[in-house]
Amino acid sequence: MQGDTASQAATLGVAGERPSTGPLVEARKLTKVHPARGGAAALVAVDGIDFRLERGEAFGFLGPNGAGKSSTMRMIACVSPPTSGTLRMLGMDAATDGSAIRARIGVVPQDDSLDAALTVRENLLVYGRYFGLSRATVRERSDKLLDFARLEDKADQRVETLSGGMRRRLTIARSLINDPELLLLDEPTTGLDPQARHVLWERLFQLKSQGVTLILTTHYMDEAEQLCDRLVIMDGGRIVAEGSPRSLIDAHVTREVLELRFADADREKATDVVLALAPGPVCQRVDVLPDRLLVYADDGDDALAVVNAAGLEPLTALVRRASLEDVFLTLTGRSLVE
Amino acid sequence: MTVTEAIREVASRPRVGTWPLLTRQVYVYRRSWTELVAAVLEPLMYLLTMGVGLGKLVGHAPGLSHVSYAAYVAPGLLAMAVMNAATAETIFGAFDRIKQAKLYDVVIATPMSIAEIVRAELWWATARGVLAGTGFLAAMAAFGLVHSVMSLLIVPASALVALAFAAAGLIAASYVRDWDDFQYVQLVMLPMFLFATTFYPLSVYPRGVQLLVECLPLFHSINLIREPALGAIGGDTVVAVAYLVAMTALCWWFAVRRMTRVLVR
Amino acid sequence: MTELSLAPPLREFAAEWLKYRRTWRGSIVIGLVNPLLFLTGIGIIGKLIDSSATGPLGGVSYLTWLAPGLMAASAMQMGFGSGGFGAFRAAAPGGGYRAASATPMSPTDILLGSLLFVTFRLSLLSAGFLLVQALLGAAPTWWAVLTVPAAALTGLAFAAPMAAWGIATKRFSTMQTVFRFVVQPLYLLSGTFFPLSTVPAWLQKVAYASPLWHGVELCRDINLGRLTFAAGAIHGGFLIAMVIAGVLFARVTYRRKLHE
Repeated sequence: MQGDTASQAATLGVAGERPSTGPLVEARKLTKVHPARGGAAALVAVDGIDFRLERGEAFGFLGPNGAGKSSTMRMIACVSPPTSGTLRMLGMDAATDGSAIRARIGVVPQDDSLDAALTVRENLLVYGRYFGLSRATVRERSDKLLDFARLEDKADQRVETLSGGMRRRLTIARSLINDPELLLLDEPTTGLDPQARHVLWERLFQLKSQGVTLILTTHYMDEAEQLCDRLVIMDGGRIVAEGSPRSLIDAHVTREVLELRFADADREKATDVVLALAPGPVCQRVDVLPDRLLVYADDGDDALAVVNAAGLEPLTALVRRASLEDVFLTLTGRSLVE
Repeated sequence: MTVTEAIREVASRPRVGTWPLLTRQVYVYRRSWTELVAAVLEPLMYLLTMGVGLGKLVGHAPGLSHVSYAAYVAPGLLAMAVMNAATAETIFGAFDRIKQAKLYDVVIATPMSIAEIVRAELWWATARGVLAGTGFLAAMAAFGLVHSVMSLLIVPASALVALAFAAAGLIAASYVRDWDDFQYVQLVMLPMFLFATTFYPLSVYPRGVQLLVECLPLFHSINLIREPALGAIGGDTVVAVAYLVAMTALCWWFAVRRMTRVLVR
Repeated sequence: MTELSLAPPLREFAAEWLKYRRTWRGSIVIGLVNPLLFLTGIGIIGKLIDSSATGPLGGVSYLTWLAPGLMAASAMQMGFGSGGFGAFRAAAPGGGYRAASATPMSPTDILLGSLLFVTFRLSLLSAGFLLVQALLGAAPTWWAVLTVPAAALTGLAFAAPMAAWGIATKRFSTMQTVFRFVVQPLYLLSGTFFPLSTVPAWLQKVAYASPLWHGVELCRDINLGRLTFAAGAIHGGFLIAMVIAGVLFARVTYRRKLHE
């Protein structure tokens, strides 16, 4: 893992740009237990995880709902004290220096949580003041950030008039008001339409190229593949795998995946036949999903030939590159998005 | 480090001050004219009803033959107006900010501490209370119910009353689950309004009830305002100040604990 | 199956009843405790008045004079709340009207069902009030029983127009402002707490335009067993006219809002 991190930082070429004093964030045996309250049993949300990240990285927490991603993010944001374990950030201890750490990070919460009583510009002005920034500084940065978020012509409207994509861009602009070294994004594109997602990704790439370290959670594979240099996959409060998107795919699944769908009448018989093909010389493994079969193979076309040779005629057959979705399915036996 | 210590850390550590949140409130309220209008209109209505309307029926204040009923009731109504203004802000307003608009979930992710959030809530509510008190004082003057320069002491008295009720209100807000719970808040406020010597002196009650009424914060608040209004400051004022200062300190301390519990998960 | 046999407005009534069942305990307690507090608290002022003043109340004790007026005023507050805020909430996303308007029920069915339910709650509230009032000896004759429908009518005279307006209102804060600047002044200045004969003549004339004044007078005259036919016709007629106007107006706004 150690070597992986270093090489990742080296290829990005950002590690040398800012003076680096050890890892930016380092968690050891980090645990969060939500105590039992009002009938609900105690819940171990995060179960002794370790991770570290360097300056300039884009780091992702990937996993389904309830995996512990948001609890981890809240601890990194220093708004939720860890139950046990250590969390060091920016050379400080998150448990004792929360306020000083919060001054240097930016947070984009999952629900936009913009101040609905204020206008777009006032949201930035007021939020900047929460960081103890002077009126003049906040004013100057607000203008730049409105430009960054492409919201200049909405500046004096109430936030309730904004679309979902605009709200999210404003939330990101708001999180940058203190010029943070580290930006936390919790499910940044959930609920946005494809076009709004792409605009947002573009803004995040821009930040990354400026040397801002990003930590994000997502349950979208394509987002993780697009944005993250390195990621951990979480399930049930634990980290089940760690690495770059490519290295995770290489380590846990084959290069390609063949997706097969059968007519309802044939499905049961066909499933048995396909299952018998793996592990074999071509087909390495088969996963049975409610509506389709996934055949893992280094060459999907060869696998399809084998399936056809076994006398099967699928309704549809799709050969695609393996994705993080397949990694997750392989590691946990469950699909990521239910 | 234990969890309690960690929570205490997140909770305290003054740094940014209260100005950012007060600035936010000014931004929000400068668009709303209703508060200012209400600060003038509501006291006029209450004085008209309770002072003039009821006053004509009652005559002079019970046991105080030289004081008109209107002059007797007005300070009580003023204290109630201050209490209502302060608690409207920290019960209804803060409930909205804590649980509906989730403003503070955002604020705790900045260097601001929970102690500062609480302080900002209390300063703002106190300012609202003083505005209500001053508006009421002006209305009393318009009805010719202000006779002594001592009445000016009502302004600082309003501040103390507002602060004490604001701190208590913030605790209540931390327990409120949804809008339906506000009827229970009403269940506490209404009897206080009716029985804490707003309308008649303590002497009308039997001794047992008197002891009960003497425990109520509104009773002491009314004393604190009625004595200067009637131009006679005495021992009751000292007791009232002590009571309200103690109430403020205790509720303030507990409000920070409650807010920490609600906001830090 | 039984629901299918109900007339459409009753179905809306049934839907609101189901929701009410979750909170009825609390509202019954409040419905009894509030009048108890008010009547005992103000009853003490009454003792001061009865021992000092002469004339304006015509020999009636202040408590007996006040109680029916206060009942009407409480009904007004509830009518405004259930009618105005109720329609606003029910029409908002996630509110009951959204679901109901997707069924064969017409907007008018929904409106009538809602108002029927408001009437039911108003009657319950007023009956609780009367119970407390009677226990405190402020209901001198059996005629007092008729103050319950009279108070309910007063509440309805506010609920119907408020529903018409509430369903079309965009902001909750607008309604709160109206409550503060219209309902509260009416509450205080409609002859509920003191006879209007003690205020200047111009203010009396303003009060005559207040629907609450008509409700208060109606309830008070009934409670004291002194209602004349003429007074009953004027006060009752005024309130009924408010209800009818409110319903006619609300039919339009409900249709516009629910079946755009």
